[in-house]
Amino acid sequence: MSEIDAETARRVAKLARIAVPEERLAPLAEEFGRILGFVEQLNEVDVEGVEPMTGVTPMRLKRREDVVTSGGMPDRILKNAPEAREGFFAVPKVVE
Amino acid sequence: MSADMLQGLTIADARDRMRAGDLRATDIAEAAIEAVEGARALNAVVHDTFEIARTQAAAADDVLRARGADAPDLCGIPLGIKDLFCTEGVPSQAGSRILEGFRPEYESTVTRQLWDQGAVMVGKLNMDEFAMGSSNETSTYGDAVNPWKAGEGDAALTPGGSSGGSAAAVAADLVLGATGTDTGGSIRQPAAFTGIVGLKPTYGRCSRWGIVAFASSLDQAGPMTKTVRDAAILGRAMMGHDPQDSTSADRAVPDLEAMLDGDVRGKVIGVPKEYRLDGMPGEIEALWAEGRRMLADAGAELRDITLPHTKYALPAYYVIAPAEASSNLARYDGVRYGRRAALDQGDGVTEMYEKTRAEGFGDEVQRRVMVGTYVLSAGFYDAYYNRARRVRTLIKKDFEDVFADGVDAILTPATPSAAFPLGSASGDPVQMYLNDVFTVTVNLAGLPGISVPAGLDARGLPLGLQLVGRPWEEGELLNLASAVEERAGFVARPRRWW
Repeated sequence: MSEIDAETARRVAKLARIAVPEERLAPLAEEFGRILGFVEQLNEVDVEGVEPMTGVTPMRLKRREDVVTSGGMPDRILKNAPEAREGFFAVPKVVE
Repeated sequence: MSADMLQGLTIADARDRMRAGDLRATDIAEAAIEAVEGARALNAVVHDTFEIARTQAAAADDVLRARGADAPDLCGIPLGIKDLFCTEGVPSQAGSRILEGFRPEYESTVTRQLWDQGAVMVGKLNMDEFAMGSSNETSTYGDAVNPWKAGEGDAALTPGGSSGGSAAAVAADLVLGATGTDTGGSIRQPAAFTGIVGLKPTYGRCSRWGIVAFASSLDQAGPMTKTVRDAAILGRAMMGHDPQDSTSADRAVPDLEAMLDGDVRGKVIGVPKEYRLDGMPGEIEALWAEGRRMLADAGAELRDITLPHTKYALPAYYVIAPAEASSNLARYDGVRYGRRAALDQGDGVTEMYEKTRAEGFGDEVQRRVMVGTYVLSAGFYDAYYNRARRVRTLIKKDFEDVFADGVDAILTPATPSAAFPLGSASGDPVQMYLNDVFTVTVNLAGLPGISVPAGLDARGLPLGLQLVGRPWEEGELLNLASAVEERAGFVARPRRWW
């Protein structure tokens, strides 16, 4: 199941939005292979009829009044932005 | 005021002496500042907050003067805060380059509770990047260094990770206690490597609000201190319900310190056979046997138990944690906070994401984000992620079964070895992951676990024992830990070289 090649590494890097130089793809694929080989032990476990865990502590999610409790602080929201203009986050041109 | 006054000083002692009026918060704060300035070689404190400390200490002295014995437990106590906690106006980088320059506009719930009690922040502490690591070697600030040395040797040792700076700062008496976080062992393993106490509370005990997220279903904050009593004091202050974290438990937090009566007679302590690993060092085996003897001496009943899915905990963890991390770390995109890569002419938004994340994340974080992306991708989700979550259900059930059979707590070694030299890891990520073999089950099952210093290896390095408790029973767990602490009589200190 875990034959990871450089092409797969390239695809995963793209999905993760991390630029990986061409020469790093093969070593990366090998590292993935080692990690996924390690987790393949999980195939030994009989999980028939076992529910996947969603929350480790059984609890009902609390509900609260559907009201606005915060906001009106654009300056503070933008305070840590690498680039902000006129009350907005600024990004390079988006061309699809 | 000399930094030496902090040597061996506990939170409990400092509290009692401040309440009695024979020690001032401002004096302890100055001693802590001096200690931090004299310990740069440890690289434990990565952002000094001395001016905040002085202001908080002066305010604490006012409260102490006004309220005396009624002052809160932590009033005037100097603490270090893991860099993973957002602290308002103070750099909070999670040990990552991608959060360079980030100064939160808000305070994490846990640290807010500490400051409300009058605690004093001396600085932010080193850690593995985004808490991913077991040796503090993935930090953008460089390695934190263990105050302990092996024998007469001079090699720099790891303080463990990811809360390596917290462990080093407490073990070297720079602060009286520190906050840590534990996703797979990141409080307990560094505590064991540095001869201090580390408590990971039940999942849901401490609010995760304002703590940079790694793997949200596993992350839990907790105290790192010199003694079990101090872990009870600091732990209680960190715990409590918070409406801003929907997984935070709406349960009263008992007075944990008051539960330390040392009486553990009749308690049933499980000893899981699956934790006896092939090739485990004889010293670890001997320490574990010594732990059993200590608890039997205290009147507890030792019982052999089985936790049959133990060996699948690490592989399950290394699917679930990267999966959650890949999702949580998607927010670091160079838009809202932190660092954006320099862009070339014509680069669009995709190049901005890709370059920012390539530059901002270190190797281990990149690896885990990509492994997480892979196991969540179409076609692999069921085979990896869902299977791992099913195995997690079985791991939790192992514990539920032994608790239902009357076991009160479980005794294991905390780590498979003592602290190892910095730079000695093979470079094989899986080898590093094995550090968490005894601790990671506890996160997967959401249980409380504590590491207590219990002995030294042949080279004079500290070793820890781990106790694992029933959900929400931190008080009983701490009491059991205090029985071990009392009998172990761990008084060794690192020789001062820094």
